[in-house]
Amino acid sequence: MALDSKIPNGPIADKWTNYKNHIDLVNPANKRNIDVIVVGTGLAGGSAAATLAELGYNVKAFCFQDSPRRAHSIAAQGGINAAKNYQGDGDSTYRLFYDTVKGGDYRSREANVYRLAEVSANIIDQCVAQGVPFAREYGGLLDNRSFGGVLVSRTFYAAGQTGQQLLLGAYSAMNRQIGRGKIKMYNRHEMLDVVIVDGKARGIITRNLITGEIERHSAHAVVLGTGGYGNVFFLSTNAMGSNVTAAWKAHKRGAYFANPCYTQIHPTCIPVSGDHQSKLTLMSESLRNDGRIWVPKKIEDVEAIRNKTLKPKDIPEADRDYYLERRYPAFGNLVPRDVASRAAKERCDAGYGVNATGEAVFLDFASAIQRYGKEQAHVKGLDENDAALVKKLGQEVVKNKYGNLFQMYEKIVDQDPYNTPMMIYPAVHYTMGGIWVDYNLMTTVPGLYCIGEANFSDHGANRLGASALMQGLADGYFVLPYTIGDYLSDDIRTGPISTDTKEFVAAENEVKERLNFFVTNDGQHSVDYFHKKLGKIMWNKVGMSRNVKGLTEAISEIKALREQFWKEVKVPGTNEEYNEELAKAGRVADFLELGELFAKDALNREESCGGHFREDAVELDGEQKGEAKRDDENFAYVAAWEYKGEPSDAVLHKEQLEFKDIELKQRSYK
Amino acid sequence: MNLTLKIWRQKNADTKGKLVDYSLSDVSPDMSFLEMLDVLNEQLINKGEEPVAFDHDCREGICGMCSLYINGEAHGPDRGVTTCQLHMRMFKDGDTIYIEPFRAKAFPVIKDLIVDRSSFDRIQHAGGFISVNTSGNTIDANAIPVNKEDADDAFAAATCIGCGACVASCKNSSAMLFVGAKVSQFALLPQGKVEATDRVLNMVKQMDEEGFGNCTNTGACEVECPKGISLENIARMNQEYLKAALKG
Repeated sequence: MALDSKIPNGPIADKWTNYKNHIDLVNPANKRNIDVIVVGTGLAGGSAAATLAELGYNVKAFCFQDSPRRAHSIAAQGGINAAKNYQGDGDSTYRLFYDTVKGGDYRSREANVYRLAEVSANIIDQCVAQGVPFAREYGGLLDNRSFGGVLVSRTFYAAGQTGQQLLLGAYSAMNRQIGRGKIKMYNRHEMLDVVIVDGKARGIITRNLITGEIERHSAHAVVLGTGGYGNVFFLSTNAMGSNVTAAWKAHKRGAYFANPCYTQIHPTCIPVSGDHQSKLTLMSESLRNDGRIWVPKKIEDVEAIRNKTLKPKDIPEADRDYYLERRYPAFGNLVPRDVASRAAKERCDAGYGVNATGEAVFLDFASAIQRYGKEQAHVKGLDENDAALVKKLGQEVVKNKYGNLFQMYEKIVDQDPYNTPMMIYPAVHYTMGGIWVDYNLMTTVPGLYCIGEANFSDHGANRLGASALMQGLADGYFVLPYTIGDYLSDDIRTGPISTDTKEFVAAENEVKERLNFFVTNDGQHSVDYFHKKLGKIMWNKVGMSRNVKGLTEAISEIKALREQFWKEVKVPGTNEEYNEELAKAGRVADFLELGELFAKDALNREESCGGHFREDAVELDGEQKGEAKRDDENFAYVAAWEYKGEPSDAVLHKEQLEFKDIELKQRSYK
Repeated sequence: MNLTLKIWRQKNADTKGKLVDYSLSDVSPDMSFLEMLDVLNEQLINKGEEPVAFDHDCREGICGMCSLYINGEAHGPDRGVTTCQLHMRMFKDGDTIYIEPFRAKAFPVIKDLIVDRSSFDRIQHAGGFISVNTSGNTIDANAIPVNKEDADDAFAAATCIGCGACVASCKNSSAMLFVGAKVSQFALLPQGKVEATDRVLNMVKQMDEEGFGNCTNTGACEVECPKGISLENIARMNQEYLKAALKG
């Protein structure tokens, strides 16, 4: 099947308006006869479910957590971008569009990104109307902060808990519709297959995680807002339950999977402390507004720090290497995430890592505390030369801005970041790849939509900070509710979809067979045993820096691990009860297939772009020496993979990317 | 370090539970409490026994899923943290640790350490929202300035993660801190004032129907709350309730 992205005609700034003016609508009376399933209740799924129900559709929403409010969007810290230009610093829809396309290293679809930038301002209006308590200035107006990869201040925030506040906003909108009976909510339910009838997505199969009951649910359309697949690495900043299963089942039923190798490794996470580690904790990018990243210049200082004979704050300024400020003077500590992560890895690989494992760099707030302290002393008419006073005042300002993050760091690491620099290291955080969708956010399966992190569309090969929340809410509040109506206008006479058809029976039987296999298999290793092994292969060979040899090895190692898994996995308990091991087994089985496709995609893409860094594709000389080298002539396309059984048999389809409004050039942050 | 764990095991909602002893060795002080349970579960699975079921998800203190009652305290001995942020350095070699589910009539046990907190969701369905459609045609976000202090207080109330530690810590199993936080967030913002009367009446009514107890001003909830939600929120809810009741 040829890929048709269905981008509307006309100038980029008019596309979305023209599109909305010409699509088919469903009248309010008919909406009452149409059912929509929404899987996932994060920012994308939650906002979509609420909005579709407001419009009048009958929504069934599903989440595996015990409440929609616990979806992992809740953990997003730093903020949400919007082209409001409240600061008057030159922001505009075009500039947000431009920054996002450039930040994504020119591997996203222009029309989708422009629409995202266009609706961004509405999101803030909407959230304020819902009672989201954004940070404000003393005048009562909304405050902004800066994020990486941009030169304006357009990020709205609520301390370090922006995701929480936005999700609670979407959850409250859902609650209103649940209360009205327009959303039927299924908590602690996991989607285990999508059902296709006559070529259209018409339902899903779920497992009730408490009773183990397998259920059939039908609808006129199915929407997946099921998040990213970063947990294929085992260790990531994702929640423990975050998984690829819903997306992977959709892939197996005909939805193409796009750019699986585009993964964001976030530069500022708390380093790994030991083999018992179950997940990694992010320290928000907003910290790079005020924190300066460095390692010692002298290798003997590095050793003294590791031996604890020297404290980082006793190293004089002249002996510190603020390597981001050195390498990227224009953006400094606020370079995009992929660039900052690789730079940390470069220093640590060269032997300058500052903790016992050699995999950590400093994030230091001492100069921000000084700067703010002096400013406060000046404002209050106090003595600017009183060092203790300045430090105290400065710490108060920093506490107001990042208090919860500092507390989180202290609890985990047992060090006080107000007095000694934080130690940080990159970790898997977000996946830009995902299910391929067209301009309507529809997958290659008619009636099956995919929104938020689960789709591939807006962030190209690297996502800018504070853009995930923007995309999730844009898709759910403002894009999908239009595009899905155009599709559903054909369904006003269809009537309810029966779950007694052969397609539902077949899908349910497949699901049951697989569950029965797990609980009866006489294996010897736990699910985590395999998941951790998969994670190690992914991190070492498909991680921050990739080469042909490593990727080839990873492909065969993952395949072998998958075969071992199906022989030796051990799942205690039964299907007819709460059984977390059983749920995990299904998720890891899917990760073991996705992981191989991921490596295959990385091997196919013989260029470096965004989060995908190939050691054989770097600039060899000039000012950009050592930086990533894109190959626009051969790789300016979306790699959309069609399922054909084994991941090795997946067929590549290319969506050529056209850049009409932004000139393709090397991404420079120097 | 080496530990003795006394863990509540209960097959499902319909069977009786009991405390079962486990011993665990080589526990690292850098582990989180849940990572310690991961290690125990891995050992149980390898021995062919059923692992201990417990709720958890984000493991960074924000989702509110984890819900353990440890040595008689919700989320254990540390302050201002959820169970996933509690680290084993808070315990000593040789300690005996009691691990139970959150206990309240309105939080029935599902299995082992997992409880059903859907009562919290139902209270929110009754009024935890502002009735505005997502049309995108609302007024500009800066059209109504909000006093920074009110905005900050609303935010502080809104940081509640809905874990239920307040209920588990209260001798009356009262949910007043949880409901007070939600009522306060909206009561403090101009956008929430329009429906303030119905909201507080409906949410309190639902809270009572769910079987939560009353507040007797002990203040254990505030002490055990991982997010430091203040008792002032209960006072504000009472004030809102009184105003609403007088209005009829």
